[in-house]
Amino acid sequence: MNVPATRKDFMIVNMGPHHPSMHGVLRLILSLDGEDVIDCEPILGYLHRGMEKIAENRTIIQYLPYVTRWDYLATMFTEAITINGPEQLGNIQVPKRASYIRVIMLELSRIASHLLWLGPFMADIGGQTPFFYIFRERELIYDLFEAATGMRMMHNYFRIGGVAADLPHGWLDKCLDFCDYFLTGVAEYQKLITRNPIFLQRVEGIGIVSAEEAINWGLSGPMLRASGVRWDLRKVDHYECYDEFDWGVQWQKEGDSLARYLVRIGEMTESVKIIQQALEGIPGGPYENLETRSFARERNREWNDFEYRFISKKTSPAFELPKQELYVRVEAPKGELGIFLIGDQSSFPWRWKIRPPGFINLQILPQLIKRMKLADIMTILGSIDIIMGEVDR
Amino acid sequence: MIIDPTTVQAINSFSRLKSLNEIYGIIWMLVPILTLVLGITIGILVIVWLEREISAGIQQRIGPEYAGPFGVLQALADGTKLLFKENLFPSRGDTRLFSIGPSIAAISTLLSYSVIPFGYHFVLADLNIGVFLWIAISSIAPIGLLMSGYGSNNKYSFLGGLRAAAQSISYEIPLTLCVLSISLSNSSSTVDIVEAQSKYGLGGWNLWRQPIGFIIFFISSLAECERLPFDLPEAEEELVAGYQTEYSGIKFGLFYVASYLNLLVSSLFVAVLYLGGWNISIPYISVPEFFDFEINKVGRVFGTTMGILITLVKTYLFLFIPITTRWTLPRLRMDQLLNLGWKFLLPISLGNLLLTTSSQLFSL
Repeated sequence: MNVPATRKDFMIVNMGPHHPSMHGVLRLILSLDGEDVIDCEPILGYLHRGMEKIAENRTIIQYLPYVTRWDYLATMFTEAITINGPEQLGNIQVPKRASYIRVIMLELSRIASHLLWLGPFMADIGGQTPFFYIFRERELIYDLFEAATGMRMMHNYFRIGGVAADLPHGWLDKCLDFCDYFLTGVAEYQKLITRNPIFLQRVEGIGIVSAEEAINWGLSGPMLRASGVRWDLRKVDHYECYDEFDWGVQWQKEGDSLARYLVRIGEMTESVKIIQQALEGIPGGPYENLETRSFARERNREWNDFEYRFISKKTSPAFELPKQELYVRVEAPKGELGIFLIGDQSSFPWRWKIRPPGFINLQILPQLIKRMKLADIMTILGSIDIIMGEVDR
Repeated sequence: MIIDPTTVQAINSFSRLKSLNEIYGIIWMLVPILTLVLGITIGILVIVWLEREISAGIQQRIGPEYAGPFGVLQALADGTKLLFKENLFPSRGDTRLFSIGPSIAAISTLLSYSVIPFGYHFVLADLNIGVFLWIAISSIAPIGLLMSGYGSNNKYSFLGGLRAAAQSISYEIPLTLCVLSISLSNSSSTVDIVEAQSKYGLGGWNLWRQPIGFIIFFISSLAECERLPFDLPEAEEELVAGYQTEYSGIKFGLFYVASYLNLLVSSLFVAVLYLGGWNISIPYISVPEFFDFEINKVGRVFGTTMGILITLVKTYLFLFIPITTRWTLPRLRMDQLLNLGWKFLLPISLGNLLLTTSSQLFSL
């Protein structure tokens, strides 16, 4: 009898770009041996909008509404980095009050981002209910944003040398109330999730990244801190006024998905601590450095030409970037968000290179999910915390 | 002898009557079946409503509220919508398997309702293999799921079908062992099992005689129903929707019907096997004594109605547990699921069976 030789073929599964748990439009080409993942090839670019090129013919103010579309869950950070670059390039001082407002906004945004990580992460593991709980607190944060900036997600709030508007009357009290409420919320999540045996079984020892690996892969943010590296740019770079508050860097040794979960939960409470201190100690004064509204305007115009006739028209502040280059970074909720900026003595940047944390962190994914189970893909991908808006830009 | 035409007509009419009688008998046979099916359908609508409302309560939402009072008719509205939706077939799938799959899954579960005693001797078929008919028939459902998974020509569906098969095989065994340790003490007829629990009020329930068995039965029946800690075959985040991925219209709805049928039958069996079935089980208040008109017909009808009500109340109260677990717990991984089934539940249920048999031997 002719016995056919058994040939072991792997099942090639095309996961994404519209798979329910691909966090947007990530596409993974998986080779599966039953439930085991043999190989994985991520394919990006389904949400590419040319954000870097767009920046090259916009002034900073014109470009600001775009940047909230990179990481649309931590919008304040994208605005902060867009402003910090030109500020540092032009050596512009920020008033103390503006700096405090920025810190409050950034930390609120960090909480919102971590909350909208927590819900989908739990949903990826199969627990649907936390997804609904996180929206309670997130709505409150967005209400605060709406009160201060006028928009819930795409606020367009930061300006070179300050912020667009001062905080409205009573906002500080509302924010303090939120902080008190949110601490009980975090305690509730920990009660609900952290010690759940099924949850622990799903995340403990899944997707382990050692400290050395994490550094070599260029990971940042909670991914790096969960592997035992105490690296937080807020402490390292001393930007804004983080040094004036008493808070600690959250970190874990294990480097697995559980450690990343714990780091993010811890960061939420730390952020609340920072916000509370900032709210207590917020100084008065101006919220914007008005000197920096430097207009790139022609002097000594000819009488009655086009420019002259519109001399009384207040053009939008077009900050002129000096002919220099620099790299600025902030600690975004997902990791190190940076831009490499080259100025060209014009109001447009000559080059605007974005370093999105999600994109760099995502690179380790194929290595982490090899030889794991199919269900672990979602756990690991969820614990990396990507936003396709900033990965593809 | 002269037979006048009227007599012939009379005889003919008799024979016609007889054939009518036969048809009448067949129809009369169908009546209880149809009643049962109707009752089950209503029961499922209730479960769907309960699930929506309880999940809404857990997740701090409102839940359905516009379709009927308190959104009771929401499931009906959904079903009607699904009926009118287009019936899509995957272009390169196996159309026949694709079409029979959902019906096999639904029908096999529906069949097992025939052995459930809703009231005192109010059962469609009091078979002496009783419970085992349910176990035997419910093993057919995964074949339907496998068919639909294979017929869809979709990798996610196929994986889902395979997972369904693996899961139901590994959890059928602990389930059977639990049922076996109950039916060892009396017969495996469902009616006899309930009667045996009727003696000592609440204390007579099998729940106290078989606490380990009850827990294992509950866990395995959750796995059999593919409810949330064990809903791997249709795990949304991994397999899109598992074997349902390619389905649309009423075939898609049929999977939901099958899953809720399965849930209802499992918790009915919990009520029958462990919670004393139709007995009110509160000492000193037994329904016939309380009203004391068992002799007349009305009394018996009343007794049966009470029995049905009690069974249903127990069932639906028990249903709160699977529904709340579904909205509370995250999902297991496939290997963890199989480990739990084979390395934990199976040995323990075997030990439970051993305990039961040895206690039976000693009591003899």
